[in-house]
Amino acid sequence: MTTLAANFRDRTAVAAWTREHGVYVALVLLIVYNAIATPNFVTVDTVQLLFSQVPPVIIVALGIGTGGVDLSVGSIMAIASAVLAKFVVGGTPIGVAMLAAVAAGLLVGVFNGLVVAFARVQPIVATLGVLVAGRGIALVITGGALVELFVPFFKTIRLGKFIGVPYVMIVAALLAVAVAFLVRRTAFGYRLLAIGGNRRASVLAGLPVRRTLIVVYAISGTLAAVAGVIATARLRASDPSYIGLLMELSAITAVVVGGTSLNGGRVRILGTVTGAILLQLLESTLVSHNAPDSVARMVEAVIIIAAVYVQRPARSSR
Amino acid sequence: MSTPVTSSPILKVTSASKRFAGVHALEDVSIELHAGSVHALVGENGAGKSTLIKLITGVYQLDSGSVQLRGEDVAFDSPRSAQRAGIATIYQEVHLAPQLSVARNFFLGREPTRLGSLDLKRMNREAGDALKRYGIVADVKRPLGELGLGIQQMVAIARAVETDASVVIMDEPTSSLEPREVDLLLELVAQLKAKDVAIVYVSHKLDEVFRACDTITVLRDGKLVSTGPTKELTRRQLISRMLGRDAAELEKDGRTKLAGHSKTIEGEPLLRAEHLNRRLILEDVSVVVRPGEVVGLAGLLGSGRSETAKAIFGALPLDSGEIEVGGKALTHQTPASRIRERVAMLPEDRKAEGLIPDMSIRDNIGLAALPQLTKAGLVSRKRVDDIVKTFMTRLRIKAAGPNQKVSELSGGNQQKVLLARLLCLNPRVLLLDEPTRGIDVGAKAEVQALVAELAEKGMAVVLISSELEEVVEGSDAVVVLRDGAQLGRLVGDDISEDKIMDLIADAASEQIEAVK
Repeated sequence: MTTLAANFRDRTAVAAWTREHGVYVALVLLIVYNAIATPNFVTVDTVQLLFSQVPPVIIVALGIGTGGVDLSVGSIMAIASAVLAKFVVGGTPIGVAMLAAVAAGLLVGVFNGLVVAFARVQPIVATLGVLVAGRGIALVITGGALVELFVPFFKTIRLGKFIGVPYVMIVAALLAVAVAFLVRRTAFGYRLLAIGGNRRASVLAGLPVRRTLIVVYAISGTLAAVAGVIATARLRASDPSYIGLLMELSAITAVVVGGTSLNGGRVRILGTVTGAILLQLLESTLVSHNAPDSVARMVEAVIIIAAVYVQRPARSSR
Repeated sequence: MSTPVTSSPILKVTSASKRFAGVHALEDVSIELHAGSVHALVGENGAGKSTLIKLITGVYQLDSGSVQLRGEDVAFDSPRSAQRAGIATIYQEVHLAPQLSVARNFFLGREPTRLGSLDLKRMNREAGDALKRYGIVADVKRPLGELGLGIQQMVAIARAVETDASVVIMDEPTSSLEPREVDLLLELVAQLKAKDVAIVYVSHKLDEVFRACDTITVLRDGKLVSTGPTKELTRRQLISRMLGRDAAELEKDGRTKLAGHSKTIEGEPLLRAEHLNRRLILEDVSVVVRPGEVVGLAGLLGSGRSETAKAIFGALPLDSGEIEVGGKALTHQTPASRIRERVAMLPEDRKAEGLIPDMSIRDNIGLAALPQLTKAGLVSRKRVDDIVKTFMTRLRIKAAGPNQKVSELSGGNQQKVLLARLLCLNPRVLLLDEPTRGIDVGAKAEVQALVAELAEKGMAVVLISSELEEVVEGSDAVVVLRDGAQLGRLVGDDISEDKIMDLIADAASEQIEAVK
């Protein structure tokens, strides 16, 4: 009893607990609130809508969650979309076109990784370059305009379900499991956490720091491209100036809210997924209560700040 | 050394207790600090010294007990409020802004302004004058981070002295200082005493404790063991109180394994690092180590000891030089390539260069051996667990379990975790940079014994220590360095503290001659 009391009197313990579990508590609270205050909230439709909207954010957030700040994800989505459109319009089978789109994301990710690893530019700056240039590249690929795409398979992506669960949600869940496995069980994941935790020490422990960083950004780019394909299918068109717009913000928010440290060293996969769901649910809650978009954005900002506040390093660690 | 026992204490801690996760870090400890008196706080790591200091300075809050400042109950909620009440703390690591100039650091938080903007001229002038008064020679306009650790520490201390503190707490202030700087520091302490400041002096260096302190308080396992005037305590008594075991046993543990170790070792060198050159850092340094041999690197702070180790380890790019391990020339200058050749290094700065603070003991130990513990990219949990268990037992790492965060351990146990990381690699060549710095007496003896044992098993060991005694007692040969250049190599009976200091002093006087 006294032990528990002492634990909770200790501020760092409370902070640590909030950091680890805050996102789950927040999600439960939001669901309870909706169940009471939102008419017709507890329906299969609500869940299905949520599950079809949230996967792109989850997928992108998984990539960012492994490596830290990657501002270029939204632009990578646009590039992937443009590449997809180019191939589809050129008559390439949809499967190959999709692979090409994902490969494009991988390539851009590797480029990010090379800049971060060799030029030793801070990730936020290195990826800012692609954030700015990426949409331009996408526009060049599509010829500067929205390209409408009529692909039957897109309908499957959009509406397909397996025992009531949208395919895209299943894909997101599988990718989450894969990334979790990568982080928890592989040597790569181990290195990733070590490098995030103390880069200098990792170099001296003989870890291949550069190679690891390149792979991290390659994964982030690849996942962003997958999200770009899904977004294109949903839009039934490639629109370089719209696809993935502001995605970096949603994804980073989901990651931070979920308990992952943007400085590296701590990765929380389930937290990231929950964070993405929380944000989407929050948005739809605001919409169903007729809050204007501007208010929704402000609420989102408050959430980010609260999350970052909870994530701040404990004072005693110094 | 007059202790005004009759006066009322400036700061009084009564029955202080603090628990972390139900475990007592400090239990029912009381101390009194008097003006113009130096109070030593000694004990092994985990004794509760840091916890006590943090309770006084508002980093932690008391679970029970009280702190009184000049007779009034106080409960600081942050280090800042403690500072405002006149309690200054100097930590082991310098807690200043390395990018800012020395002068700006000196005035950090109390900058003089002129017409609303910083009065840089005045800052530079006054900081320069103040530092000079304390015998610190430094260009006040240079960024603090560009100076040596020792100078940085002195600036931090001078800064605290200048803030009109009535209580100054020094946590291992000399851990990165050269002997000359230690003298300066102790002079500072004397100046503070004369100004009627109450000083808490935490140190592992018993020499300094006996030299500078009026009162000694010994803590062990979070409890108060004894407190009393320095003159009523012998060195032997102090050590046995700190360790809580028989002093004779300590003598056996700490010494015999190292004493008489200086033997000449024959055989082909395992490590041959010759003519290492790096502009402004190393000048023609050669280190040759045979299997079973311990070669010490001696010299003052900044003499190139750590740099030599780093160069051998591939962590400091060389302009020229040859490095051979087991007869094979190593050309790649990266730590990873050295580790593949089973060369391992324990870095000097445990926190910045060794530990991954957020990771568990287990993951920290397994880090460098990852390639051997991995199959097709997957880490074998069982093999990691086995190896971690083996080394935690062998090195007697005291922890709640392998999954405890490494940052929660005491310094000595953290060092053992890093040693375990190296030993997982089954190294042939072991480069140990300050293996016993900042760890308690018990752990120190254990680490020293381990080094001797590893050498006996045929490893080639390079040992760096700022404590000459440790180098002399632990080495079969000693390479003496000064300003990045090699002054000589001592073997056998020639290895003594006197000889090493003679070499360094000769080089210094030669240098003065040359300037003339």
